[in-house]
Amino acid sequence: MPDLGRAALVTAFLLLVYATAVGAFAARQRRRRLAASAQNALIAALGASAVAAAVLLAALARHDFSFQYVADHTSRELPLGYTLTAFWGGQEGSLLLWLLVLCGYGAAAVLTTRRVARDLLAWTVPVLGFVGTFFAFMLVFVSSPFVTQHAPADGAGLTPSLQNPYMAIHPPMLYLGYVGLTIPFAFAMGALLSRRTDERWIVATRRWTLAAWAFLGVGQLLGAHWAYVEIGWGGYYAWDPVENAALMPWLAATAFLHSVMIQEKRGMLRVWNMVLVALAFCLSIFGTFLTRSGVIQSIHSFAKSPLGAWFLGFICVLVVGTTALILARLPLLRARTKLESLVSREATFLYNNLLLVALSLTILWGVIYPLLSDLVRGESSTVSKPYYNFFLHVFGLPLLLLMGIGPLVAWRRASLRALGRVFLWPLGAAVVAGAILLALGAGSSRIGVIAYTFSIFVLASILLEFVRGTRARKALGTGTWPGAFSSLVARNRRRYGGYVVHAAIVFLAIGVAGSSAYQTVREQRLFPGDSMTVAGKQLAFRGFEQRRAPNHLAIRAVVDVYDKGGHHVARMYPGKNEYFAEQQVSNEVAIRHNLLDASDLFLIADQVNANGSVDLKVLQKPLVNLIWLAGLIFVGGSLIALWPDAREERRLAERYEGVLAEA
Amino acid sequence: MTVALIVGAALAVACVILVALPFLREPSAQNDRLDALSGAEQRRLALAEERDRALASLKELEFDHRTGKVSDEDYRAQVGPLRRQAAETMRALERREEDKRTKVPSRG
Repeated sequence: MPDLGRAALVTAFLLLVYATAVGAFAARQRRRRLAASAQNALIAALGASAVAAAVLLAALARHDFSFQYVADHTSRELPLGYTLTAFWGGQEGSLLLWLLVLCGYGAAAVLTTRRVARDLLAWTVPVLGFVGTFFAFMLVFVSSPFVTQHAPADGAGLTPSLQNPYMAIHPPMLYLGYVGLTIPFAFAMGALLSRRTDERWIVATRRWTLAAWAFLGVGQLLGAHWAYVEIGWGGYYAWDPVENAALMPWLAATAFLHSVMIQEKRGMLRVWNMVLVALAFCLSIFGTFLTRSGVIQSIHSFAKSPLGAWFLGFICVLVVGTTALILARLPLLRARTKLESLVSREATFLYNNLLLVALSLTILWGVIYPLLSDLVRGESSTVSKPYYNFFLHVFGLPLLLLMGIGPLVAWRRASLRALGRVFLWPLGAAVVAGAILLALGAGSSRIGVIAYTFSIFVLASILLEFVRGTRARKALGTGTWPGAFSSLVARNRRRYGGYVVHAAIVFLAIGVAGSSAYQTVREQRLFPGDSMTVAGKQLAFRGFEQRRAPNHLAIRAVVDVYDKGGHHVARMYPGKNEYFAEQQVSNEVAIRHNLLDASDLFLIADQVNANGSVDLKVLQKPLVNLIWLAGLIFVGGSLIALWPDAREERRLAERYEGVLAEA
Repeated sequence: MTVALIVGAALAVACVILVALPFLREPSAQNDRLDALSGAEQRRLALAEERDRALASLKELEFDHRTGKVSDEDYRAQVGPLRRQAAETMRALERREEDKRTKVPSRG
């Protein structure tokens, strides 16, 4: 079977080389059948990489330890679910997943855009093929999952922190996001190479970009929740370089999603959009480099590997190539209109773009500074939380405010009188909320109060947008209020889906501010019978319990929780798992959710001591569950924005078919 | 091993057929030229995009006016140029359509 896997990967590699070289030749020489053949090669590469993936999955399922990858990442006692998810638990499997998803996206994009963008697709295919070729090359020549060995009796097992249900969904989501950004990048470069800088590349990739961005966002939230429940330090985001690696392309893609609307509506920012789409893609490759190369100490880095230099070289080629191409095509990207006023919807989008890119680049500097410091001065240094938090406040709070301002401002220009009218209610709500928060004692954190006040302003402005829009639709004779509301959303799904996503970001901000600025933390060594008090709750340690599972020993501290009145409210079990095959110990936290105030009581058994005591760390985290609620709202908003709009499809079909029918 | 060989061979054959399909379907195509937009078609496409942009802007302006984001004064100042822009692009597109219609019979 490993021979079949290797053969499938070599086939995929050859097909992708063909799609790149022959596709570029066909596009340059304008050979129709050859261009179609290159497109088919891209589709065939999906089949070949799927066969390779199937071989690896089968080897995992059969515990075939003659595959080095299977032996390195699984063991006989590992439950089947985790055995299969070990597909992406290691470097080689992750690269194979990258290739598989890329070929899937590429094939789907080719099949769905053949009609609208025939001429620019001819140049898009070689770009997709080039990216795919790199990953296939890595899999065939540098880091193959099909290396064989004399089969050992058992495997090394899977890292304990990866033995979590989130392992099944978090990495694939992130990969769908990372890899999905290849599609808008390839079409943008295809547009530049073919000199077709009209809006077809945007129309063709609109939904792909939105989907990739949504996957990346959901993937990060799932990762945050995973860290929260599994890693056992009481937080959900640690500014770990690899966490940042996913955040940076997401921020750049967010900026792109906003600025591309200005190009669609006003014909502006054409160069900027090319830069953003290239930046988002390069950052996604950089993210993969960070995760896979092991150059940075991170919980996500699996090992030092030979991939680093290859990835670095690939990133250099991408940066130089895209920069040169954009510069060469500058005359074709001239804006057709100019910004009419600094107080307009497009201006707020521009400010939002600048802040998003500034935040993204600031994080990038924080990630690469230790590398550069090591390289240039030979000193190892780290960029820690205060650096990131400072810039999050400097750029993030104005961004939050802009989410409230943007929807209230008209396109082109807005007069002071109109602004005064539309700002009245949201501003009033924010001021009242701020005063109430100060009166309630929330002033202990200035950033917290500012974040909450801005959040109320944004929520009020979003609510107002829905109310005013529904009223306007009803005035046009759209029957009932619910009818007017659904017609409002259905007629402009991207806008109102976007507002729902904004609401999700506000809930996220409230949750983050609440759980970080206002959290209570207590640590104490407890012997059986001892108790401690945290945020009005009394916690009594009763002793330890042990349970043996097939692949680990679970040790749990038994902790009873009582409320202020002395009533027993819960029994919680923080502890440790000792994994046999992996010879590692993991922290297993205990969390009690309070759905009424969205807070969590979070227990960590920091040390399980031989004398029968436990070092218990207790965190009371207010509003933290709003972060996970934000994830659900985010998915809802993204789905609204992504949902096909038949009216819009007809309009675009009419636009392009009318013009391109005789092309 | 046999299964692997069969699957591998089937994969290779399927890939070759798929890649060669455009040539198998049309072994001797009369027109193997990849479609590309002529200069005139590119201008028409730009006009169509311009028309849609102007119409969308008009719709936005109407809606922003209704929801109170645009004052009556601003509305009056903006609606005229936008209507003119939309009308101009639509007229330009119609002219091109007419030119095309008149050119087609003369070719035949």
